[in-house]
Amino acid sequence: MSMWNPQFEGMAKDELRQLQLERLQATLNRVYRSVAFYRKLFNQVGLIPEEINSLEELSRIPFTSKETLHQSYPYEMFAVPLREVVRLQCTSGTTGEPIVVGYTRNDLVHWTEVSARVLCAGGVTKDDVVQICFDYSLFGGGLGFHYGAELIGASVIPGSNLDPAREVLIARDYRTTALVATPGFGVRFAAAIRKKGLSPADIYLKRGLFTGEPFSDATRREIEEELNIKATDNYGLSEIAWPGVAAECEKKKGLHIFEDELIPEIIDPQTKKPLPLGKKGELVLTTITKEAFPLIRYRTGDITRFDSSPCECGRSLIRMEKAAGRTDEMVTINGVSFFPSQIEHIFSQIRGVEARSCLVIDRRGDQDILKVLVEVSEEVFFDEMKKLQDLKSTVEREIHRDLGISAKVTLAEPESFARKTEGKRVIDKRERAAGGEPY
Amino acid sequence: MLTIRNLRSYYGRMQALKGVSLHVKEGEIVALIGVNGAGKTTLLNSIVGLVSSVTGQILLEDLDITHHSPGQIIRRGVSLVPEGRQLFAPLTVMENLTLGAYHRYRREEKSRIKSDMEAIFERFPILRERQSQVAGTLSGGEQQMLAIGRSLMSRPKLLLLDEPSMGLAPLVAAQIFQIISELHRQGTTILLVEQNTGGVFKVSNRTYVLETGRVVLQGTPEELLHNREVKRAYLGREYKDVRE
Repeated sequence: MSMWNPQFEGMAKDELRQLQLERLQATLNRVYRSVAFYRKLFNQVGLIPEEINSLEELSRIPFTSKETLHQSYPYEMFAVPLREVVRLQCTSGTTGEPIVVGYTRNDLVHWTEVSARVLCAGGVTKDDVVQICFDYSLFGGGLGFHYGAELIGASVIPGSNLDPAREVLIARDYRTTALVATPGFGVRFAAAIRKKGLSPADIYLKRGLFTGEPFSDATRREIEEELNIKATDNYGLSEIAWPGVAAECEKKKGLHIFEDELIPEIIDPQTKKPLPLGKKGELVLTTITKEAFPLIRYRTGDITRFDSSPCECGRSLIRMEKAAGRTDEMVTINGVSFFPSQIEHIFSQIRGVEARSCLVIDRRGDQDILKVLVEVSEEVFFDEMKKLQDLKSTVEREIHRDLGISAKVTLAEPESFARKTEGKRVIDKRERAAGGEPY
Repeated sequence: MLTIRNLRSYYGRMQALKGVSLHVKEGEIVALIGVNGAGKTTLLNSIVGLVSSVTGQILLEDLDITHHSPGQIIRRGVSLVPEGRQLFAPLTVMENLTLGAYHRYRREEKSRIKSDMEAIFERFPILRERQSQVAGTLSGGEQQMLAIGRSLMSRPKLLLLDEPSMGLAPLVAAQIFQIISELHRQGTTILLVEQNTGGVFKVSNRTYVLETGRVVLQGTPEELLHNREVKRAYLGREYKDVRE
C-alpha cells in the first residue's frame, strides 16, 4: 500500500489549497492571454482573471461543456501554438463532432505521472506484468496507461483490443499479474477463461484496474470472484486525462481525485449552483497544470458526490463516489431525480427479475406518471398468476421505498419487452408534449 | 516559510503587481524570472515592506507581515540583497557588514555579531583581505559577495536576492550562483530574482514566471525547460521560431 507521489498525494490541506490557488491563477492568466474563447467568456461576465482571489471565487466563471468544445473544433481552444504540441488525441465523438485534445511535452509528463498514480493506487508495482487491454489509438486510454506503467517500471504488454480469448492466452503465457481493461472486458475475460476450460489458478492475475464504463458493485464482485483478483476502479475523461482524474486505492472507499492537477466541484445540474460537500450532483473539473488544452469549469456530465473524510491509505486527496450516472440520463418525476441505473440496481436484488427494464414516463394533468416495464424470464411469466402479482407488488414497493416515487410495474416476457422498448432504457413521452428538453 | 496570496502593489496609480500568489517552503530555493518590468523587484520590495501601497496577504510562517515596516520584517528574519547591491560605497567592507547587523546592536549581542562576521570572512576570504578597503573600490563580484555578506549579518531565515548576477562577467556570475547553492545547502531558504535563467535553472527547486505583474507559469526547472515559450523568451533559443 504505497503512493506513487506522496509529496502531492499526501499533501497537507492548506498547502494543497495554496498550490491550487497559484496554479489556478497562472492557468487563468494564460488562457485569458492566449485563448480567444476564454477572453470572450470572461469579458461577457465582466471578469478579469486577476479578480479570482480564492478557490471559492472560481464559481464566478461560466461553465464550459462538450458543446463548447464541439464548437471550437479543432484547435480553437488550444492555449499554445500547434508547434508546441507534441501529441494529438481525440475523444470518441459519439455525441456529434469529435474533440481534439493536444498535449505539450509537459502535459505528457503530467499525464504519465497521474497514470502512474492510478496504477500504483491499484497496487501495481515494478514487479508486475501489466496487460493493457485498451485500444492504442486516438482515444487515449491505452497509451495513457502504457506510459504510466512504464514509468513505474512494470513489464508492460500492450494487449490493445484483441479478442478476450487471445488475451487470456497471452495472460497465461506471459504470466500477467495486472489486468487493465473495461469492466465489460473483465467479464468477457473471465468467460473466456471458463470457455477454455481453465481456472483462475491457471493464470497469475492478482489485480485488475477497471475504467471506461460504469463499474457496478455487482460487476466488481463478479470479476473479483471469477478471476480471484482485487479489482479497483479509476476515472478519467479524454478531454482532460484518461486515465488520470481519480483512482481508487486498495481500501475501495471511493476514488481519490488528483487535486494538485485539477480543481473538482459538484454542482446542481439544474440550477448550476455549487453544492455543499457530500451532496450528489454533476462533477465539474478545472485543469490547473495543462499547457496545451486547459479546461476551465468543464461540466463532465457525470453524477457523483465527494467525501473528504480521511482514508487509511494516507492520501489526503478528496474522494469521489464512483460515477452514478450521466446528467443526460437523469430522470425527474414530480420533482424527484434519479437514474435508470438506480432502478436496475433494485431489480438486481429481487429474485426472478431480469435487470433489464425500461422506464416509460408520461404526464397526466400536472402529474408525471412512471411506468416500469420489466423483463421477466419466460418460466416466471407462465407461472401462477398469484406469484406474478406478488412479484409486481414487491418491485413497486421496493421502488417506492428506495426512491420515494410510485411506479406502475408491467412485467413483460423477453420478446414483447424488446418490441415495446426498441432497445431504449427510457421513453419520455412528456418531452413531445412539453416540447422541451429534460434540462 | 513564505506564503503570498493575491499580492497587489501600486506605485501611485500604476499597478505593478496584479494578484500574485506564490509560496516558498523551508529549505527551498525558489526563483522568479521574467522580463524587465514584469514586477520581480516590486515583489521582493513588497515582501520586505519597501512598497507601502500593497494589498493581499504576505505570511511569514503563518504571521501576516503585509503591512509591517521594513525594520519589523528584518527582525522576523527576512533579508534582502537589493538589485544593484546598494552598498555604502564610501564605507569600508567591515563597516558595511556591521551595518547589516544594525538592528541587533541594541540587543547587546556584540560577541555573537563578532562571530557572525568571522563566519562571513570564512565564507568569503576575499572580504577579510579587503576588510578595511572602501566598498566602492571593490570589483563587481566582490561587491556582490559583500552585499550577500551584509544581508547574512542579520541572520535571516529567508534570504531574498535581487539579480545577484547582474553586471557580472559569466565566470564571476557562476561563482555567485555557487555561493547561492552553498547557502541553500547549509539551510538558508532563498527567493531569487534573476534574468540569468541558465544559472537559475541550475540552482532552483522551483521557478515562477512573472509577466506584466501576473504569474503565468510555474514549475520545476525541468518543466520550464520543456516549455518552448520560456526557452524563447529567456534563454534566447529558437530565435528562428520567433521570426517566423
